Amino acid sequence: MTALLEIRDLRAEIDGRKILNGLDLRVNKGEVHAIMGPNGAGKSTLSYVLAGKPGYEVTGGEARFGGEDLFAMEADERAAKGLFLAFQYPLEIPGVATLTFLRTALNAQRKKRGEEELSSPEVLKRVRDLAKQLSIDPEMLRRPLNVGFSGGEKKRNETLQMTLLEPKLCVLDETDSGLDIDALKIVADGVNRLRSEQRGMVVITHYQRLLDYIVPDVVHVLSAGRIVRTGGKELARELEATGYAQYQNEAA
Amino acid sequence: MNAHARAIRTRAELALADVFASASPSLPGDAATAELRAAAFERFAAAGLPHARVEAWRYTDLRRLMPEARQLAGLPDAAAKARGIQAGALFAGRGFRKLLIVDGCFVPELSDLSDLGDGLSVQPMREALASDGFERVQRLGLVAADDPLLSLNTALAADGIIVAISPRAAIDRPIHLAFVTSGDPATAVFVRSLVVIGDGARATIVETHEGPDGSGYQVNSVLQMVVGDRAAVEHIKVTGEGDAALHIGTLLANIGSNASVREFGFTTGGAVVRNQLFVHLAGEDTIASLHGASLLARRQHADTTLTVDHAAPGSQSREIFKSVVDDEARAVFQGKITVRQDAQKTDAKMMARGLLLSDAAEVDCKPELEIFADDVQCGHGSTTGALDDELKFYLMARGIPEKQAEALLIQAFVGEVIEPIGNDGVREALLEAMTAWLDGRS
Repeated sequence: MTALLEIRDLRAEIDGRKILNGLDLRVNKGEVHAIMGPNGAGKSTLSYVLAGKPGYEVTGGEARFGGEDLFAMEADERAAKGLFLAFQYPLEIPGVATLTFLRTALNAQRKKRGEEELSSPEVLKRVRDLAKQLSIDPEMLRRPLNVGFSGGEKKRNETLQMTLLEPKLCVLDETDSGLDIDALKIVADGVNRLRSEQRGMVVITHYQRLLDYIVPDVVHVLSAGRIVRTGGKELARELEATGYAQYQNEAA
Repeated sequence: MNAHARAIRTRAELALADVFASASPSLPGDAATAELRAAAFERFAAAGLPHARVEAWRYTDLRRLMPEARQLAGLPDAAAKARGIQAGALFAGRGFRKLLIVDGCFVPELSDLSDLGDGLSVQPMREALASDGFERVQRLGLVAADDPLLSLNTALAADGIIVAISPRAAIDRPIHLAFVTSGDPATAVFVRSLVVIGDGARATIVETHEGPDGSGYQVNSVLQMVVGDRAAVEHIKVTGEGDAALHIGTLLANIGSNASVREFGFTTGGAVVRNQLFVHLAGEDTIASLHGASLLARRQHADTTLTVDHAAPGSQSREIFKSVVDDEARAVFQGKITVRQDAQKTDAKMMARGLLLSDAAEVDCKPELEIFADDVQCGHGSTTGALDDELKFYLMARGIPEKQAEALLIQAFVGEVIEPIGNDGVREALLEAMTAWLDGRS
């Protein structure tokens, strides 16, 4: 079976600094992978490289998404193919209403996939239903995207986008950062509702806490730009107890 | 003025002298008007076409940008008038009252003069000049400004439109002054208009200026606007001239007390455009928002130069000007707020923001404050930069293609000055015009 995401010997740098140094990762449909690691291990870089952020240079290796060369695609094509990055720090875009943004994104993806675009009322209905599930005030949808939203509201908005766009692969970059426990539960519930046999997830986190709510099938330890250990969900608990010190030594 | 006398005249200046000499005998008005025109031309001739060393025209060197002066446009023939039927399409189908001005001449038979009612009157400027003379018409305008291109307009303008709104009249239908230049052959148009809005009246006035692409026609349009006490006015000017045209627009506005004025300039057309606004806040406790946006591409040059004169206490003015500049185009914004000694409690803020869409694009901003009162709140700022790559990536990461992501960000940038426009039809039309401009990019 073709893996949903297959990364081989990935090397990437930014401004000449080598961040990823031969990373391998294989994610199949239906699996939830956690990637844990100390600060500076390359966790966010991995998420940005996968999503196609300018400025990150892939210097070696490859990534195949549903069998296709991921790096041959622009960021918007990757999204339309079903890759979704939930940002650690969602951006504020003054002047672009949240609902306009959601409709534009959804229809741009549908158009690229050759599907019929949805009418504004249809999008509104879908978005309203999701907002309710995620305890998002419908008034927020009229406001400019993320402007003046609290940290928790921004993360719920990311989860709403992820649910609306129905991606094949969700990459969650430090989704727990800046969340109190109530907000974390709401976001985790939203993510768990998206778990399915048809969908894969990569949950990037520094702390084990998030993994109490989004329980992974596989846990990887990322250090100095490589996966240095892989195990089951119990590995996360072990890391909680021992910390990352041993891996930092290993990598050095 | 002798110090300004210059031995060498440019070809355009010499041609303008010929134009004035041959046209002046047949221009409308009495002997006093003829004298006034001659004096105005003398003022122009003494100063000459403004150049880069004239501070108010620093970024728009007309000696360079206007190498030729065209012959005066004649009275529009039937074909020219017929073209005017399509003019102002931007605001068509919205129930606005369209008044058509072709080649500087008001065309009543193609204007909507139905049901003017008691509150609204319309008169050809030519008629007013012939019967009352320029001096009286100009006195109605109240504001004086010293500018060579304004002087040139005073010397040569033969027609235009006068719109008067009675005190306390509420004119719900926006009044659309549709200016069109036939442009074949390329001619020069000098047009003078006057809008008087009585005390306590309400109105929305839109102006559109257009003409054919590929014709190097030249328009010098002056609008004098008098806003009475407690009046509420929106005035929107759309400069959408043909791609080889030169447009010099002057607004002279005198605003009374407790008035509410929204001024908006939207420029997408023309090869060389200068819109100069002289706004005199004569009364107390008036609120004025003076906004604008220029969307430029190719090698377009558009200059907006705004002078706001706070002459009485307690007024508030907000100036926000946005420039979006692609290719090798150049946008200029000069804004000057003057607060006179008596104008205590003035609250004035000016912001100019530029968005550069290409490496060769240019934005020049020059905000100035000149304050003689001591109890005021004034400020100005200016920023210019490229589109934010981080924001663009965020949109693209959601599946929005690059051009569309840029369009969303540009819309957001310009939207800040379009969204506050009160009249729904005007706002929607301008948003559509912005979308059309963005569609033209991709």
